[in-house]
Amino acid sequence: MCLGVPLKVVEIRENNTALVDMGGPTLEISTIFTPEVKVGDYVLVHAGFSISILSEEEASDIFSALEEIEK
Amino acid sequence: MDIRELVERIKKISKKEINIMEFCGTHTHEIFRYGIRQLLPENIHLLSGPGCPVCVTSEEDIDYIIELAQNYDLSIITFGDLVNVPGNNGSLNYLRAKGKEVIVVYSPLESINIAKQNPNKKYLLIGIGFETTAPNLAFTLIKAKEENIKNLYFLSLHKLTPPAMKAILDMGEIKIDGIIGPGHVSTIIGRKGWEGLFNEYKIPFVIMGFKPEEILYGIYHLVKIIEEEKPALINAYEKSVKEEGNKSALEYMYKVFKKGSASWRGLGIIEDSGLILNETFEEFDIRKIYPQKTKSIKLKNNYCRCGEVLRGVIKPTDCPLFGKSCTPESPKGPCMVSSEGTCSAYYLYGGE
Ligand code: SF4
Repeated sequence: MCLGVPLKVVEIRENNTALVDMGGPTLEISTIFTPEVKVGDYVLVHAGFSISILSEEEASDIFSALEEIEK
Repeated sequence: MDIRELVERIKKISKKEINIMEFCGTHTHEIFRYGIRQLLPENIHLLSGPGCPVCVTSEEDIDYIIELAQNYDLSIITFGDLVNVPGNNGSLNYLRAKGKEVIVVYSPLESINIAKQNPNKKYLLIGIGFETTAPNLAFTLIKAKEENIKNLYFLSLHKLTPPAMKAILDMGEIKIDGIIGPGHVSTIIGRKGWEGLFNEYKIPFVIMGFKPEEILYGIYHLVKIIEEEKPALINAYEKSVKEEGNKSALEYMYKVFKKGSASWRGLGIIEDSGLILNETFEEFDIRKIYPQKTKSIKLKNNYCRCGEVLRGVIKPTDCPLFGKSCTPESPKGPCMVSSEGTCSAYYLYGGE
């Protein structure tokens, strides 16, 4: 329910839907809340809907941010 | 820098005995899975709050679903774990045993096809979850209305998280020094969604992601503002959480729902903490069509202490049934039913 999973978009389909990769099988999700989604994006999926597009920055950014707050 | 270094940094700045509460079932689960409790210094105590939607479903709401299915010949459509949550007269599994149809779906949109393909049957779709799933159900109802579907009814058990957190802070049963803000809920409501709560209580609040380094990074932030006595509302999960949240999802949500009171297991009735259908969607609203007849009788004492677990007052291991008669295979209470529940996380990964 609150278990959202980040999944990679492999195909954009009609009517605000997309296919995401489940590590083999694919799953059709609704992208109505993230209409700007593109192939290759990682989206956070909750109960069949993507609720956000995860931005690219990797964990390393966490650490540079940490340096920032330590100053 | 790796996990160990983050832990070292937390150790370096952490002096006080503090209680921090996480409010999201996924956080509860991930914190256990990665053994984060064991990594942190002993003066930091992590408490789990009522962040598992299935666990906070009240006995009377389960009783109502059973009453509806039995009296009005409705087939039930719902999500995974709900079927195992006990009410006063058993769970939805009891309906199955009585030959009633209980369909579990992954996406609520599936309910539209089910209703279309079986025009002679009547279905009750049960919407459950926090701000993360309510927009999905809202969108589903908009579609059902557009497609003029007449054999699908709806029961909203949707709940809002800021009012529940406020209720816990108001109860004052335990000292809470800081809050691990739920990353997924915040993806919908934004950092802004917590401003009301923060301004009222001035409690250190950090929104966190779910990877171990994201959680530890967030905890570092939280410990820092607690130690320095500089309470703040911080978004440490910018990867997914925007200041304003997901505006489109919120718009859909409030096209269909309005705030109303909701009944929480362990917390009771909280005003404006639930989402109920607004007038435009009344035709789907089972509460209007067949209001609850049997008012909830107090739960027979079955010794489940889930209510206290949800408020962070006791640990699952303080419950006499934990791991004995209550296990994930035969749960005696909702906190053991869902994989997001605190009792099941303790059971699967071992308590402190
Ligand atoms: S261990 Fe089982 S019976 Fe005890 S509080 Fe948790 S869910 Fe309830």
